[in-house]
Amino acid sequence: MTSWLLLGATEGGLFDLDATLPLMAVQVVLLTLILNALFFRPVGRTVEEREGYITTSRADAKQKLAQVLRLQADLKEQLKDARKAAQALIVEAEQESDQLYRGALAEATASANAAREASRRELDSQRDGALGQIQADATKLGDLIVDRLLAPK
Amino acid sequence: MSPTRRLSDTAYLSQMLPLPLALPLAELEVGQHLYWHLGNLKIHGQVFLSSWVVIGALLALVFVGTRKLERDPRGLQNFLEFLWDYLRDLAREQIGEKAYRDWLPFIGTLFLFIFVSNWGGALLPWKLISLPHGELGAPTADINTTVALALLVSLAYFYAGLSRKGFRYFEYYVEPTPIMVPFKIVEDFTKPLSLSFRLFGNILADELVVAVLAFLVPLVVPLPAMLLGLFTSAIQALIFATLAAYYIGEAVHESHH
Repeated sequence: MTSWLLLGATEGGLFDLDATLPLMAVQVVLLTLILNALFFRPVGRTVEEREGYITTSRADAKQKLAQVLRLQADLKEQLKDARKAAQALIVEAEQESDQLYRGALAEATASANAAREASRRELDSQRDGALGQIQADATKLGDLIVDRLLAPK
Repeated sequence: MSPTRRLSDTAYLSQMLPLPLALPLAELEVGQHLYWHLGNLKIHGQVFLSSWVVIGALLALVFVGTRKLERDPRGLQNFLEFLWDYLRDLAREQIGEKAYRDWLPFIGTLFLFIFVSNWGGALLPWKLISLPHGELGAPTADINTTVALALLVSLAYFYAGLSRKGFRYFEYYVEPTPIMVPFKIVEDFTKPLSLSFRLFGNILADELVVAVLAFLVPLVVPLPAMLLGLFTSAIQALIFATLAAYYIGEAVHESHH
C-alpha cells in the first residue's frame, strides 16, 4: 500500500482504472439515448412547433394588418370623396339660396321703392292741390281785404 | 478523539501516504473503493451507486417534466425548456448550424450528467450512508468516470468528422500546413487526457478541501469552500460540455479553400 498513487499498483488508489470505465461509458451512452427519447426530442419538437406557430401567426397577423391598412386607405378615400361631394352640394345649395335671397331681396326692394314712389307722388299732388287751394283762398281773401278797404272811400 | 486512536490513525495514514502528514486525516478515505466483482472484473461500487442516484434524479426530472408538453408551458416544462434552450445554444455556438442537431443530445447529456453529479456530490449528505469500504460522493470524482466521458468525446468527434467528411476528415491534420501533423496527432491524445484530468482533479480537490476543512473546523469555516465548490462544479460541467462541443465542431468544420 505504500505506492497507492501509482497507476494500478495495488488494490485501491486514486488512479485505479478498471472495468468501471467501460461500464460507465455504456451507462452514459444509454443515458444519452434515454434522454434523447425522453427529453431532447420531445422538448425540441415542442419548442420548434411553438416557434413555427409563432412565425405563422405573425405572418398571418402581418397579412391581416396589411389588409386592414388597405381597407382603411380605401375607406379614407371613400370618405374623402363623400366629403368632397357633400361640400359641393353645400356650396351649390348655398349658391342657390343666395340667389333666391338676392332675387327676393331685389323684388322686395323694387316693390318697396315703387310703393314709396307712389306715395310720394300722391303726397306731392295733394300738397300741390293744397297749396293751390291755399293760394286761391289767399288771393280771394286778399281781394276781399282790398275791396273792403278801398270800397267805402 | 483519544490519543491512542489518533496515533493509530496517523500511523495508518503514514502507511498510506508516501509523504509525512501530521494532520489527522483519518476520516478521509482517499483512494478507497467498494469493490464489486463481475466475473473476474472489478468495478467501483460506490461510483455506480452514486451515478444511479444521479441518473435516477435526471430521469425522474425529465419524465415528470415532459409527461404533458403544451404549447403554453407550465411549471416544470418551463425549466426543461430553459435547459433545452441553454444546451441548444451551447451546441449550436460550438458545432455550427449544420451539424448541431445530431450532437445536441450527446452534449446535453454530458452537461446534465456532469452537472448533476458534481452538485449531487456537493449537496447530498452522502456521509450518512456508510459503506463497508470507500465512501459515496460525486461520480465525477472517480477517474474512471471522467476517462469514460473523455473517451466518449474522442470517439464522438472522430465519428462526427468521419461520418460527415469521410476520409477528407484527415485533411484537418495537414491544415494549415503539413508541419502540423505531429501536433495534431498529439492533440488527439491530450484532448481526452486534459478533459478527464481537469474534471477529475477539480471535483476531487473540491471534495477534499471541503472534507479537510470540515474535519478541522466543523462549523461555518467550510461554507465558503463549499460555495466555491458549487461554483467550480457548475463551471466544470460547462467547460466539459463546451470543449466536447468545440472538438466535435472542429471535426465537422468545413474549411473554405
